[in-house]
Amino acid sequence: MSTIPATRQGHRPVAIVGFSQNHSVRSDSTSNEVEMLLPVIHDVFNRAGLTKDEIGFICSGSTDYLIGGPFSFVTALDAIGVWPPKSESHVEMDGAWALYEAFVRLQEGDLDTALVYGFGKSSLGDLNEIYNLQLDPYTMAPLHPDLVSLAALQARAVIDQGLGTEEDFARIAARSRRDAMTNPYAQIKRDDDVASLMREPYLVSPLRRHCLPPISDGASAIILAAGEKAFELAEHPAWITGIDHRIETHAFGARNLAVSTSTAKAAAIAGVGEGHVDLAELLTPFAHQELIVKAALGLSDSVAINPSGGPLAANPLMSGGLNRLGEAAQAILDGRATRTVAHATGGPLLQQNLVCVLEGA
Amino acid sequence: MIGSFLTALRDGVLIGIKGTGGKVIFPPTEYDPDTAEETSGIVNVGPGAVVTSWGWVSQPLKQHPLAHPFAWALIQPDGADTAMLHVVDAGSESAMATGMRVTATFRPADERIGAMADLVAFVPEEAK
Amino acid sequence: MSDQTYVTSDPRGSITKLDTPSRLEYFFTAGTSLSKNLRGYQRGQFIGQRCPVCSKVYVPSRGSCPVDGVALTEEVELKNTGTVTTFCVVNVPFAGQSIKIPYIAGQILLDGANLSFMGLIQECELEEVRMGMRVEAVWVDKADLVPSLASVKYFRPTGEPDAAYETYQEYL
Repeated sequence: MSTIPATRQGHRPVAIVGFSQNHSVRSDSTSNEVEMLLPVIHDVFNRAGLTKDEIGFICSGSTDYLIGGPFSFVTALDAIGVWPPKSESHVEMDGAWALYEAFVRLQEGDLDTALVYGFGKSSLGDLNEIYNLQLDPYTMAPLHPDLVSLAALQARAVIDQGLGTEEDFARIAARSRRDAMTNPYAQIKRDDDVASLMREPYLVSPLRRHCLPPISDGASAIILAAGEKAFELAEHPAWITGIDHRIETHAFGARNLAVSTSTAKAAAIAGVGEGHVDLAELLTPFAHQELIVKAALGLSDSVAINPSGGPLAANPLMSGGLNRLGEAAQAILDGRATRTVAHATGGPLLQQNLVCVLEGA
Repeated sequence: MIGSFLTALRDGVLIGIKGTGGKVIFPPTEYDPDTAEETSGIVNVGPGAVVTSWGWVSQPLKQHPLAHPFAWALIQPDGADTAMLHVVDAGSESAMATGMRVTATFRPADERIGAMADLVAFVPEEAK
Repeated sequence: MSDQTYVTSDPRGSITKLDTPSRLEYFFTAGTSLSKNLRGYQRGQFIGQRCPVCSKVYVPSRGSCPVDGVALTEEVELKNTGTVTTFCVVNVPFAGQSIKIPYIAGQILLDGANLSFMGLIQECELEEVRMGMRVEAVWVDKADLVPSLASVKYFRPTGEPDAAYETYQEYL
């Protein structure tokens, strides 16, 4: 039997043993949420060699504000078939936080497996107005700032503090789009040169279109397994050796937007710096955010960042963070890497951040 | 505390509150976001202020506060140690710079209702 | 000015509440499966779908069997008749009410279906409605058919003998 790497959180080792995602698209007008999830759920069960009846715990991440209907996560359960009744939970957050909850649940020791999924259709409403509702309702929401304008404030802070340039943003976008050309699930796949990207007009200065993520409909799912069970389900389980999430003040005018203190804290607790990192998958939907998160994680320039193309190539809301965990795990499941890092974010301008270290045996 | 902030806005006044170590938080909050300690001691801040970050909008959206090109900005009033989101009505992007001085413009007193809309915009100080 | 509260000389007093109007508009994606059901209403038909595993017929369906978690692929046209599994008499006015109270809201289990849905029951005295009562759908005029349940005006008693309790007890 293979050995399990030492873990920093929890007394019971937990690994990602299966990951599936669907092809992110600008608008999936033929599938409702259940139909969008069905193939992903079936695929992840197939990959792990499990059936729904063998799953101990189910946890999902989504938000009713995207679909515009209450309790949409309850209808989504039809994609799994929760009969006889299942132990289930939901977070009104990215699926990455659902994975965190499932990780904690598996620590109890009575269950060996968990299904985690996230889904979101960004095409159904006006994202600027939907995401306006996550801002302070007294002093910010009445002004109706849009997502790009808020990101521009952060990008300017990065530039002003000498942590990056507009050309750096373009280089990040070009690299992401190029890397996405080999990712069948990505949405924006192009071989752009930095000079031509720099000629794009500003949308909201200092941001040009290439600094922004695409709008994506998508879903993804992960199977977690604890202890020896992981070796039954995967040849190279991706062990969660460190995982943590931290939050900062909602009042982003009180933060230094060019620095992510919460990411740095989560990274220290997850042990990112305790070893070599083969690759990192970061939920940094705006190009400049990669620079902020990369610095907070303490990653060197030799670490491959978002080799999947990342959120600049596909940004399904509520499953984008779970995709980062999935992509970082898949590299280990495939035997391509032995130690990877995943990051997810929620709230305005990197307010809350989750960091996970995954290791192969 | 929000009520105090909005009541002051209706009077054409910007207020902050002292947090841990005497740091002045603006807009005022009940608790210091860094330490969770209760804040204490309302202070007047502004109306002069400094732009700590900004983004230029050349094509305003229909829901934006201004219909002509403007800057979204983080604005730190004199006497405050944190910034608030608002807009700078500067005319052109070339008039904008991080660290520039701006000042608050309010709606006429009889039109103010005690909401963010009482504050029309910030404008470059020399333009006032 | 006190230390903790801003004091105004404005006769309107302090601000204690704030209106922040918000409006969100959405597209709705019916999905492949529900689209078939909705198109059926446009033709004056109840279209359900059968689970390939448990053979249950769902009308309407979101595209998967909630028990087995598999895609529903087989289309089934259902009859116009069904059974009232349970009901209530609505006497309470509420915002957006389009029907004159009192009226009967019933759960209708169409013949051949394994999922009941709510329907208006008319042409029936309030005191006569009962569990197990047999009903049929009354559709709007052909020219007024639309891709929604609004194509069904209401259900009315057929006069057949009541259905046995065992035939619908699973759906209560």
